[in-house]
Amino acid sequence: MSAHATTDAPGEARWRGRARRGPRVAVSDGLVMTRRNMAQLARSPEEISLYFSLPILFVLVFGYVFGSGMRVPGGGNYREFLLPGVFAMTMLYGMGATGTSLAFDVSRGVVDRFRSMPMARSALLVGRCLADLLRGLLEMTVLVVCGLLVGWEWHRGVGLALAAVGLVLLLRVAMSWIGIYIGLLLPNPDTVGTVIFPLAFPLTALSSIFVAPELMPGWLGTIAEWNPLSATVAATRELFGNPGLGSDSWAADHALLLAVAWPVAMVAVFAPLAIRRFQRLTD
Amino acid sequence: MTAIVAEGIRKRYGDTRALDGFDLTVREGTVHGLLGPNGAGKTTAVRTLTTLARMTEGRATVCGFDVASQPDEVRARIGLTGQYAAVDEFLSGRQNLVLFGRLFGLRPRAARRRADELLERFDLTGAAGRRVDGYSGGMRRRLDLAASMIVVPRVLFLDEPTTGLDPRSRNQVWEAVRSLVAEGTTVLLTTQYLEEADQLADLISVVDAGRVVAEGTADQLKSRLGGDRVEVVAREAADLGAVAALLRRVCGVEPEVDHETRRVVAEVDDRVRALTDVAGALRAAGLAVEDLGTRRPTLDEVFLHLTGRPTDDATHPEREGATA
Repeated sequence: MSAHATTDAPGEARWRGRARRGPRVAVSDGLVMTRRNMAQLARSPEEISLYFSLPILFVLVFGYVFGSGMRVPGGGNYREFLLPGVFAMTMLYGMGATGTSLAFDVSRGVVDRFRSMPMARSALLVGRCLADLLRGLLEMTVLVVCGLLVGWEWHRGVGLALAAVGLVLLLRVAMSWIGIYIGLLLPNPDTVGTVIFPLAFPLTALSSIFVAPELMPGWLGTIAEWNPLSATVAATRELFGNPGLGSDSWAADHALLLAVAWPVAMVAVFAPLAIRRFQRLTD
Repeated sequence: MTAIVAEGIRKRYGDTRALDGFDLTVREGTVHGLLGPNGAGKTTAVRTLTTLARMTEGRATVCGFDVASQPDEVRARIGLTGQYAAVDEFLSGRQNLVLFGRLFGLRPRAARRRADELLERFDLTGAAGRRVDGYSGGMRRRLDLAASMIVVPRVLFLDEPTTGLDPRSRNQVWEAVRSLVAEGTTVLLTTQYLEEADQLADLISVVDAGRVVAEGTADQLKSRLGGDRVEVVAREAADLGAVAALLRRVCGVEPEVDHETRRVVAEVDDRVRALTDVAGALRAAGLAVEDLGTRRPTLDEVFLHLTGRPTDDATHPEREGATA
């Protein structure tokens, strides 16, 4: 079957007469939807200022206010310890934006319009995920600049630093699929935040983001070490050459492996759930 | 050629039967109205026919393609404008139309050109660059309609297109629909406004409790309530009893009396004869009247007769506005 993704003149194709199928259509439509999501962001200055100022606020509050009383095991600057944690945390909170945006599309009937059109069904979810990735990249850029200004830096070369950024973005992709699933489950944009934030906050507290797990009571430390966020944080600390590499536990020793395995596992679970939910959305 | 065929569609949501043996045939190039109160199943019917909801039972085709087994082919030929304006509120009007054009398969340049044409046609050029969440209800609806026309659809589904709109916006939507029909598009229109069905639709199906309970042109539906009516408006309220007795005697049926408007109405078979007979009898009895005439039953009366309930439009003209 010939899969022409696009046609030129609406005048000649006055009547809709062709179903659009195939991989080229899926790619083309996925990219169009990605652009749509980025255009939405560009037209929402209030969202940009909220989502980009929050992580900076975290760096300043934790780096300077609480940081003065914090201890990094093995020594080292607390802000150097903190920044990889803020990277991961920002990716986690991005889930809220993903869920809210999807719930908005569902509740306002935009998804219905898309579903009644001859477009690739995958495009809405793929476009959301790709846009989240781009957005994660933007947030990382802002945070890296902010980190450099407060005395954080990478010590093991640009290559490993970029690998660390890659791990952070992988986490963002996993968070994106969880956010998509939640957004489809709760098709009211206002309730998404009230579900995600109580879920996300303990996850950040019970992780190695702010406090090294070996400083926590035994069982709490174990939970914190196995927390998916901690995997990414520990692995990126290692790759950036930042302090706080942690204890000799299995989880701490295999941080790189876990930083890949956790997000991949989360995508493997939540992407199919989200897709199934999307297909049954309006039945 | 038929544009839409639905045979015995049933759709259950748990214990609720949204559609319960829904049958429909829509001829190509016509406007078909689905008229019914809230909850009658009109929207479910549209959602099923536009591939948005799966039917529990039954069969339907749109443009000859099976809705259940060939949804891609159906989607390539239809347009849908829902009750709520299904456009992206965070983008501008122009960005919306370009986006939808791209998703219909137009190349970027063609999508932009088509967007500009439609903005012009729907009188939105001035607001083209503004975010849609700043648009009025009428502007949104026009944008929504424009989005369903990016590539001219063979069948356009309009689900309560003018609910909550002011008369001016409503007329603009009606004009747009008429011009589309003139180009050959078939339209399935759901509405709870009798006037809208009367104005736009060639054929009307009255929907109640998930099925079509009556079908015909507005005139045919009106004549199902029997014939014309003779209507007398008495000058004095005190004469109402005498006028009613006179109509009962001359027309041979029990007339309806409305004390508030001093109106007495009786159904008649032959309106010209009835009119002259009543006029003669009134003069002979020396009863002074304000007005005397004949009229067809209104669609409101038809609706009440068929479903046992008045239309919402008579009681709650604004009720849809609160759902958004």
